[in-house]
Amino acid sequence: MDALFLSRLQFGLNISFHYLFPPLSIGLGLMLVIMEGAYLCTKNPVYERITHFWVKIFALIFAMGVGTGLVQIFGFGTNWAAFSRFVGDVFGSILGAEGIFAFFLESGFLGLLLFGWHRVGPKTHFFSTVMVALGAHFSALWIVIANSWMQTPAGHAIVGEGAARHAVIENFWQVLNNPSSVNRLCHVILAAWLTGAFLVLSVSAYYLLKKRHLDFATRCFKIAMVVAVIGVLLQGVSGDSTGREVARNQPIKLAAFEGVYETTTPTGMYVGGYVNAKEKKVYGLPLPGLLSFLVYHNFREPVAGLDQFPPELWPNVKIVFQTYHGMIFMWGLMFLGVIFGLVAWSRKKIMDSKWTLRFLVIAVLFPEIANQLGWDSAEMGRQPWAVHGLLLTKEGVSPNIQPGQVIFSLVLFSLIYLLIFIMFIYLLDRKIKQGPDVGEAEEYQHQAYNVSTLNERP
Amino acid sequence: MSALEYGFMIFWYIIIIASVICYAMLDGFDLGVGALHLFASKDEERRIFLNAIGPVWDGNEVWFVILIGGLFAGFPLAYATLLSAFYIPLTCLIFALIFRAVAIEFRSKTPMRWWRNLWDILFFLASVAIALAVGMALGNLIQGIPLDQNHDYAGHFVLTFFRPYALLVGILTLSLFCMHGTIYLVMKTEGDLQNRIIAWVRPAMVFFIMTYAITTVCTLIYQGHMVNHIRERPFLLLIALGNMFIIADIPREIHKKRYGTAFLCSCLNIALLLVLFAIGTFPDVIRSSIQPETNSISLVAASASLKTLKVLTVIVAIGLPFVFGYGFFIYRLFRGKVKLDKMSY
Repeated sequence: MDALFLSRLQFGLNISFHYLFPPLSIGLGLMLVIMEGAYLCTKNPVYERITHFWVKIFALIFAMGVGTGLVQIFGFGTNWAAFSRFVGDVFGSILGAEGIFAFFLESGFLGLLLFGWHRVGPKTHFFSTVMVALGAHFSALWIVIANSWMQTPAGHAIVGEGAARHAVIENFWQVLNNPSSVNRLCHVILAAWLTGAFLVLSVSAYYLLKKRHLDFATRCFKIAMVVAVIGVLLQGVSGDSTGREVARNQPIKLAAFEGVYETTTPTGMYVGGYVNAKEKKVYGLPLPGLLSFLVYHNFREPVAGLDQFPPELWPNVKIVFQTYHGMIFMWGLMFLGVIFGLVAWSRKKIMDSKWTLRFLVIAVLFPEIANQLGWDSAEMGRQPWAVHGLLLTKEGVSPNIQPGQVIFSLVLFSLIYLLIFIMFIYLLDRKIKQGPDVGEAEEYQHQAYNVSTLNERP
Repeated sequence: MSALEYGFMIFWYIIIIASVICYAMLDGFDLGVGALHLFASKDEERRIFLNAIGPVWDGNEVWFVILIGGLFAGFPLAYATLLSAFYIPLTCLIFALIFRAVAIEFRSKTPMRWWRNLWDILFFLASVAIALAVGMALGNLIQGIPLDQNHDYAGHFVLTFFRPYALLVGILTLSLFCMHGTIYLVMKTEGDLQNRIIAWVRPAMVFFIMTYAITTVCTLIYQGHMVNHIRERPFLLLIALGNMFIIADIPREIHKKRYGTAFLCSCLNIALLLVLFAIGTFPDVIRSSIQPETNSISLVAASASLKTLKVLTVIVAIGLPFVFGYGFFIYRLFRGKVKLDKMSY
């Protein structure tokens, strides 16, 4: 195994593990704004309990996001020095903007959100919640722009030769508003909302199943259901629009997503299937003409197949076909969850719909899996390029690192991630099982512990 | 490079140095509190320590992201060279950052004693490791790292980072942050606990002044290039001199119970030390220890294009007033002594 492959593996591991948490912070951030807003409007103490409970969960998730996010700012320099030299001019300024406009906002006001309950009035506290949520959305904005520039670079010029060849900014607005930015940003934000909403849905469904905290759970259920319905529907629109954007700007990627080896009229789409890369064939359930219809809104025009492009520029069709279809499948499951949930809501007692609730408890996994698979498709679909059309991934790796070094870091990263992930799940599970009312009991434990230690004082 | 471009580049260099200063002044005290964490023996005291830094440490750490991001944006060549050269040491720094980021949150979630002890130890170790690593990185930049004529790293993948002089600067940084953290805790605590922490100020200061003196001597003997600018412009010596007075003032302020002023002196001390670092290393961003005249990466060589520097300047001009604005707001809100309540950590 060479340093290139290992570095790719490590980058994938780092970013995938990190990306379990930011969508949750973004989505839950929005949920917190709604919950605390409901408390401010109605003054109903149950919304205060709801906010307190979810803020604790949010803090845990946010800490994981920060811890795993710090890794990323180093990742480009340590393993991808040549990439960093090439894109630094363009990419660095976007990351700098992320730090200045987003991280300070969310981290600064997070302190107020977690520690400021008794320091400020309810309105100022609500303001800090809004700022944290806004900061989380801003961080998505900048990082998706940076990544979109790698997918569809614009507003730059290439200067220098050989090792000094690099991209410089020509028009910063075009860099920001590159052809895929807006579509992909909407797609990512909606996915994050779904992730947050389905977490709240899952926990409320769990309480309703166990017949615990019924008032609390019913209200959480309804808030989350509203966000989930809006999210699922808009995500359908966004997915369609993003697909057409990929067809325009990265046709080779779309062809790989759908396993279109040969250009045919009209082009079909697979519900699912198996790709045989050697025979260049897909075995699966086809829907004739659908891809043509989705891309061009008619059944006549063919979608460009892989045969139009040199094979050395093909991504790994076998993998991206599956990740892309997996993502859509997950959206389908979320759609089902939302339908079942609405049916349950329309009945008098939500908690009688046992199978719907059971489905919703596990539904928290669907958006998370969709997030992972979606990014796998986006990034692996861009291969062999690191920056589409400008820099190959293999040209981006650090020249001086040895495979042994990367194996060392890769193994340790894996172990540490495994360790803190187990602890995270344990704490999350504990907090959920304790429920919203145990705050006082826990406080009692705190005090009992302190008293016992105070007595030891000489 | 035109005068305009040079001007923007210098401006951006000042921004990066200012980020380093902000990082060291702010994250410095919470790293220091982390390094002192195990000196508090009771859970309640440890909780006071954590709640003293809890609301602000996250924001403080953003300065670290800003300075690394600023390097990436403004001096891409320096970012790429430095980070890939110190692959293994930086990976270890990242591990420490991960553990420290989750430690406060994880620790407070359950009261079991073994669990809290485990996270107390991890929090302490991570804080010490980060302080050491940041200092050692600066030490390496002072001493220079082996670069060949193509500016590619030619040193050992681990041992270069741990050279004795770098280690010394690492220990200096740890002692500096310990002193800074102690003074911060004096400011944030009251009663019996405060009196005990006041007694820590003296050993912390002695530790710092000793390492500072040793580092200064070693710098003068082994890293003579650091004082070239001061030799040419003797008025710069006033910075070092002023710094001495500020350090000497800290015990006086503590004695007079002006803890806020003592903390400000400590901040100023950190800022001046880093200004001396910036003056000493200028105009190189990464000095080469092999043939420094030709192999070093100068600011000019590493600088981003004029357009990028302009964009960055606009971003900073819009963003920084907000950052300072709500930073000030939040620090003001959490001023005063720490009191534990139901929602505390």
